[in-house]
Amino acid sequence: MSLAPVDKLLARKEICVCAGSGGVGKTTASAAIALGMAARGSKVAVLTIDPARRLADALGLPEIGNEERLVDRARFDAAGIEMKGELWAMMLDAKRTFDEVVHWHAPDARTRDAVLSNRIYQELSSAVAGSQEYMAMEKLHELHNEGRYDLLVLDTPPSRNALDFIDAPERLSRFIDSRSLQLFTAPGRGALKLFGRGTGVVFSLMRKVTGIDLLRDLSEFFTSFGSMTSGFRDRADRVTAMLGDSRTAFLLVTSPRADAIEEAVFFHDRLLDAGLPFAGAIVNRMNESRPEAPADLTDRLEELLGSRLGPRVAHNLEDLRRLAERDRGNVERLAERLGRSPILTVPQLDEDVHDLLGLAHVNRHLFEI
Amino acid sequence: MTLRLLDKRLLFVTGKGGVGRTTVSAALGVLAAQHGKRTMVCEVAEQERITQTFGVPAAGFEEREVSPGLFALSVSPQRAQDEWLELQLRSSTLAGLLGHSRVFQYLTAAAPGLRELVTMGKVWELAQLQRRTARSSPYDLVIVDAPATGHGLAMLRSPRTYRDIARTGPIARHAGLVRSFITDPGQSSVIAIARAEEMPVNETLDFERRLREEEGIELDHVVVNGLFPERFNSADVRRIEAVDGRVSAPVDAALAAALSEHHRARSQRSQLRRLRKETAAPVTTLPYVFEPELGPDELERLASELERRS
Repeated sequence: MSLAPVDKLLARKEICVCAGSGGVGKTTASAAIALGMAARGSKVAVLTIDPARRLADALGLPEIGNEERLVDRARFDAAGIEMKGELWAMMLDAKRTFDEVVHWHAPDARTRDAVLSNRIYQELSSAVAGSQEYMAMEKLHELHNEGRYDLLVLDTPPSRNALDFIDAPERLSRFIDSRSLQLFTAPGRGALKLFGRGTGVVFSLMRKVTGIDLLRDLSEFFTSFGSMTSGFRDRADRVTAMLGDSRTAFLLVTSPRADAIEEAVFFHDRLLDAGLPFAGAIVNRMNESRPEAPADLTDRLEELLGSRLGPRVAHNLEDLRRLAERDRGNVERLAERLGRSPILTVPQLDEDVHDLLGLAHVNRHLFEI
Repeated sequence: MTLRLLDKRLLFVTGKGGVGRTTVSAALGVLAAQHGKRTMVCEVAEQERITQTFGVPAAGFEEREVSPGLFALSVSPQRAQDEWLELQLRSSTLAGLLGHSRVFQYLTAAAPGLRELVTMGKVWELAQLQRRTARSSPYDLVIVDAPATGHGLAMLRSPRTYRDIARTGPIARHAGLVRSFITDPGQSSVIAIARAEEMPVNETLDFERRLREEEGIELDHVVVNGLFPERFNSADVRRIEAVDGRVSAPVDAALAAALSEHHRARSQRSQLRRLRKETAAPVTTLPYVFEPELGPDELERLASELERRS
């Protein structure tokens, strides 16, 4: 297992994607990395999905908004952080980003409105797993293209499956791929004609299971979406290219729990398979290691604290020591599977991290090693 | 409080990522089976961890008994869809014909929320007293180890969406049935799993509000998982802090560990108080499990905790 501080891992990188399963502290890690890189002189923007209210407040982020905001220098002064660069932050609104993309690609106002008001689109843009991931990539691409920042840090959305966002551009473009749409919108084969009076066995079976209304709504949706497919396809290709570029770095965030480590290993393999630039792993919330108790510890604690409290203190040490051992074992397993890739560990902090000071504290373990 | 839940037919278990949804779902399943209920715990989204915990071969889409009276299955959306088609068309030949047709595959790959809908459809089918699939026996209780809150909510919403969009036809009818079932408080309950930490508590409260406002469903129960024991009271802590600094390293480590445990337990208690104050749902707590591996024994212990605290 090798060690390297985050600033070394991210040297000459323009994009840092923090990925991992839910509940491992991705948002905190992303914010800490962005803060650390900005403090060292870069102009950094962190794109986050759903930060804890107090963390959002600490960064000066309003509840809703799809634009980057400069974190006020006074906040760093107040927390005693020397800020050599600039830290920008934005809270990503997937639905709004999707709407923006439709605005961008729609050939005319009528098509745009037809898409935006379609119920199937509304379901797709706000609820469907995968669209949030895709929209995060879209926003990242847009900001990267504009080139206003030295580094963009992306906190990926909380999905059941940490791999969702890798496939997201591909899945979404497949969804609106012209080949599938042609079936519904081919000229001379009006959708209604196709569904209303189609004669093939397949169509009659389809009508039987879906009902005619649903087919009609779907075909309307595909018809209006159809005019935007080439733009989407093009864009998805560029997003995929951006992710695979050597200026991008993927950092895997995980907790030291066995199931999270399993997923991290799987995810690492998938990143490599997909040819994406994996830079290292961050294991968050490690239980602090504790020394093994000597045989007479309970006696000595009893002498100091009495026969009621002493044994409890000894027992507690043993429990926490076992937790730390478990974490250490899990991280070793991760290291074996990751080969020479760097792994950084952050201890379980006594408080939830929700302010700049807390982030600075995390950074002692990410940067100053 | 918890035992009341076992009289439902369907428990939908969700919560923030990493809080232990699968563990609590399995513990609820163990408890129900102990009470003589024929119980199914089903996992979704290609996940399968319960059979592994019980050390039995993976179940996939088959219903597998993992311990007496307790069954597990992992719902694959593709298999659920195939099964649904077959039931609708009442013919595996016709279902195969449609399922393998290119146009239908494009349509289903593209239709937003369809995977969620067919998953809910399978969950509903499992919970029916009159099972629709061949050679299947009814369950007294079905527990769904659902995805994390955001996606979980989307899954709960999918039957309503499809009922509304389709309006008529088999999908609309079927989605309507599923919707009625999951919104009937006599039959179904939604349970949120949380941890006594800031983010999971916020997400639980936010989920409760959205569930009420968007779906018209009241959150039935919150289970706070992984609660640290309160081993030391403030008098203990004063005594520990008063110990002379010149102690051996192991003693010093033991004292530091005690203070750190106290600190974590206290911060958890304050988050738990906040949750209890702000949620309308009853809250049950489960203790932190210090064992490195969670197996059937630990699940049984958690199940008896659920029972004891009810």
